[in-house]
Amino acid sequence: MAFLELSGVVKRFGRNVVVDDFELAVAEGEFVSFLGGSGCGKTTTLRMIAGFETPSAGSIRIGGTEVVPLAPNRRGVGMVFQNYALFPNMTVRRNIAFGLRVAGWKPADITRRVEEMLALIHMEELGERFPHQMSGGQQQRASLARALAVRPRVLLLDEPLSALDAKIRASLRSEIRAIQRQTGITTIYVTHDQEEALSLSDRIVVMNAGRIEQVGTPFEIYNCPATPFVATFIGNLNLLEAEVADAGLGLLTVAGQRVRAAGPVPDGSRVQLALRPEMLTLDPAAESANCLAGTLASVVFLGSIVRLGITVGGLSVFLDQFNAPHLALPEVGAPVTVGFPREACLVSGMGQMESASVA
Amino acid sequence: MRGRRGWSWFWMALGALYFFVPLLATFLFSLHGKRGALGFAAYHKVFADPQFLQTFSFSLEMAVCTIILGLALFLPTVIWIHLRAPWAKPIVEIFSLLPFVIPPIVLVFGLIRLYSGPPIPLVQSRFLLVAGYVVLSFPYIYRSVDAGLRAMDLRGLSEAAQSLGAGWLTIMFKVILPNMRVALLSATFLTFAIVIGELTLAVMLAWPAFGPYMALMGRDLAYEPAALAILSFMLTWGLISVIQVVSRRVGGNGSSVGGAH
Amino acid sequence: MSLTAPYAEGGARPALPLRARPAVWRQPRAWFGIVPFAAFAVAFMILPAASLFLGAFQDAQGGFTLANVAHLFRPNILSSYLVTIEVSAVTALAGGLFGLLLAYAVTIGGLPKPLRSGLLTFCGVASNFAGVPLAFAFIATMGRVGMVTVLLRTVFGVNLYAHGFNLYSFWGLCLTYLYFQLPLMVLIITPALDGMKKEWLEASQSLGASRTRYWLEVGLPVLTPPLLSCMILLFGNAFGAYATAYALTGGLLNLVPILIGAQIQGDVLHDPNLGYAMAFGMVVVMTACILAYSGLQKRASRWLR
Repeated sequence: MAFLELSGVVKRFGRNVVVDDFELAVAEGEFVSFLGGSGCGKTTTLRMIAGFETPSAGSIRIGGTEVVPLAPNRRGVGMVFQNYALFPNMTVRRNIAFGLRVAGWKPADITRRVEEMLALIHMEELGERFPHQMSGGQQQRASLARALAVRPRVLLLDEPLSALDAKIRASLRSEIRAIQRQTGITTIYVTHDQEEALSLSDRIVVMNAGRIEQVGTPFEIYNCPATPFVATFIGNLNLLEAEVADAGLGLLTVAGQRVRAAGPVPDGSRVQLALRPEMLTLDPAAESANCLAGTLASVVFLGSIVRLGITVGGLSVFLDQFNAPHLALPEVGAPVTVGFPREACLVSGMGQMESASVA
Repeated sequence: MRGRRGWSWFWMALGALYFFVPLLATFLFSLHGKRGALGFAAYHKVFADPQFLQTFSFSLEMAVCTIILGLALFLPTVIWIHLRAPWAKPIVEIFSLLPFVIPPIVLVFGLIRLYSGPPIPLVQSRFLLVAGYVVLSFPYIYRSVDAGLRAMDLRGLSEAAQSLGAGWLTIMFKVILPNMRVALLSATFLTFAIVIGELTLAVMLAWPAFGPYMALMGRDLAYEPAALAILSFMLTWGLISVIQVVSRRVGGNGSSVGGAH
Repeated sequence: MSLTAPYAEGGARPALPLRARPAVWRQPRAWFGIVPFAAFAVAFMILPAASLFLGAFQDAQGGFTLANVAHLFRPNILSSYLVTIEVSAVTALAGGLFGLLLAYAVTIGGLPKPLRSGLLTFCGVASNFAGVPLAFAFIATMGRVGMVTVLLRTVFGVNLYAHGFNLYSFWGLCLTYLYFQLPLMVLIITPALDGMKKEWLEASQSLGASRTRYWLEVGLPVLTPPLLSCMILLFGNAFGAYATAYALTGGLLNLVPILIGAQIQGDVLHDPNLGYAMAFGMVVVMTACILAYSGLQKRASRWLR
């Protein structure tokens, strides 16, 4: 049985449906991210698990117990907020000790546990600081320690890194994952940053307009997107208009040229062919399974990646190539051939995405 | 959650009662001017009193002088602080807070002692009254002007104007002032509100201002004072409302906190 | 090839560090813009106050003496200070408490937004509505023939004045003062209440605390510095008020501002230097207030950023 279960959870504000039919089963110790843009309902769902919002319908179970009728201070759920929410009138030590004091621990045990937590977040010397005396990253770590001190059953993080600088974000990100692995606590992580979701999670829940678009591992989400939204939201994507020549064989016509997918494609006259830029290569010898002939329109140097813009028929295609010191690129305006394997073809028609990869 | 909301409504209702009952009562009271009938007789009497117009226009005149002098003092100074001497900011800020430490009654006491006789006999001069009023309105004028200057990119605008060949007078009147309309309006109306009804300085320095006139009315008459109170309240309300509306439209936060006189 | 030290051989010397230049404020030109304002402030604010202080420590011949200050503790003068302190303390506490409740109602208490802006606008007006008109308004409301007094007598059969209430007394003055003290409190404490993050409450709940616990351990401790500082401001505000007291009670209540006013107009103390000492005492009280206020505000702003 799953440790954290959400079944048929719905949230309405007046006539506005903010979360619609949310179904999720999280195993104990799993790290699951809710990923989506603003207004997609991810934070609202998180707050329903915490108890700060009441679902309009559905049930939420933790460890088999229904928690919806329980007040937020009785759920054993730890929460880390975007703006840290450390109590400003208390030192770090007293902040971390807060939950323990509420639970009635003995003073000696509290002190021991607080020191444990300070060691966990590597802030042993900062115990007597007040929140306004610390940087954002330090405050967020303290906030994490405070939530973990009481050994909650589930840890909830609401965009914890959004308020921090890019550099701190990266280091704190891995620290959070390391701590989560060490403590083995079931974690739900809300973010709009796909890099965070992809690098941290065991599984990702991609949300859009209150509904779940796809649930899967980072690899699955990226390489086998189930809907056009997921395909365009995660990573970069080329979307090309195509016509189905033979649905059963997976034959398509793109800009007058023949392309073959790895499996059958949905029936219909007009579909969209999605291609990841890093799956495309310059293939002057035209040896790839699929080739598109076009003209090199632009070369943009992005640091570790070089992005080539190629015009195929009337369509624009972007191709990402790793930077190398002795890159020999054709001149702008020269004819080039883009090659890609059959498995790179993601075909979409009528809202469903067929990755058409090997089953 | 619902219980909390209930208490909020309760306190709000209590507060509304305390604030509105006196206003309503005063208004009703003021309608009793004519025996037996409810009407605006008291207001007619007030407006017909020549002293009303005299004292009101005197106070108006004083208010205008105060505003002009106050702005003339503060505008160049605060601009100077922002552009050339940011280290002087604490000094000016402390000066603008001192009127709280020296309430009007103490201020006028000191003004009289200092300027009664030689070497500088100012006590009989209107200038002393205006100077006192300017001191009283220090905090409000300073805060408004400072907020107005901070809201615009003073350094950027003045440097741009200079690079286009403008002299400082041009910059002041064509660049800075037009961008400070809300702040100037705010300062003007606040000072207005303070000076029009001011009593302490006017009485002690023996000037025929509107405040002393009202106090005199209150000694002998019953219903006219109530009418005066309503008129005064409406005037203050009008002034402050204009500030609030204008500053909200521009996106400021019309801070118009007053105090006791 | 391109990473050698920039100043290795005769390259451009770096400019003198700022420390080596004479301090900006010592340059006479920098004072130029401050002079008119400073001169005015000195002439019409500092010097008058200073001359009062001088007079407070002078005797009739002009020599230095502490006798005037000692005389402040004479029974009638001391009692006037006590009464003024009482009025100020009562209105500061009452205004502070009810102002807090009102402000709480429209911020955290969750009343609709239009009510909040309406209240704040009204408070902006009411805090300026002090002095003679305010006294008139309360006389028309709760005076001997005021509308409310009459209403209570004719409709409810309650005779306020027979029961001992009197507008022209200590409590009547306090009631009147509240009309500008309450709004002042609401206006100043509202930003502090806005600064209380709702996430603090949620964080404490996720850690198992009840609402009461939250208020005891986090809410009230965070709110206390701004609350105290505002009440002190209210205290100073009432302490220095003259016009309202004069218009309402005349010379009935022996308040310090009233006494000073009477002294200015007619030397009731028969000793000018004593008057100056009274004014000096008043400034001391106000200074203590504003120092306490700014000290507490600094603490408050650290926590409620």
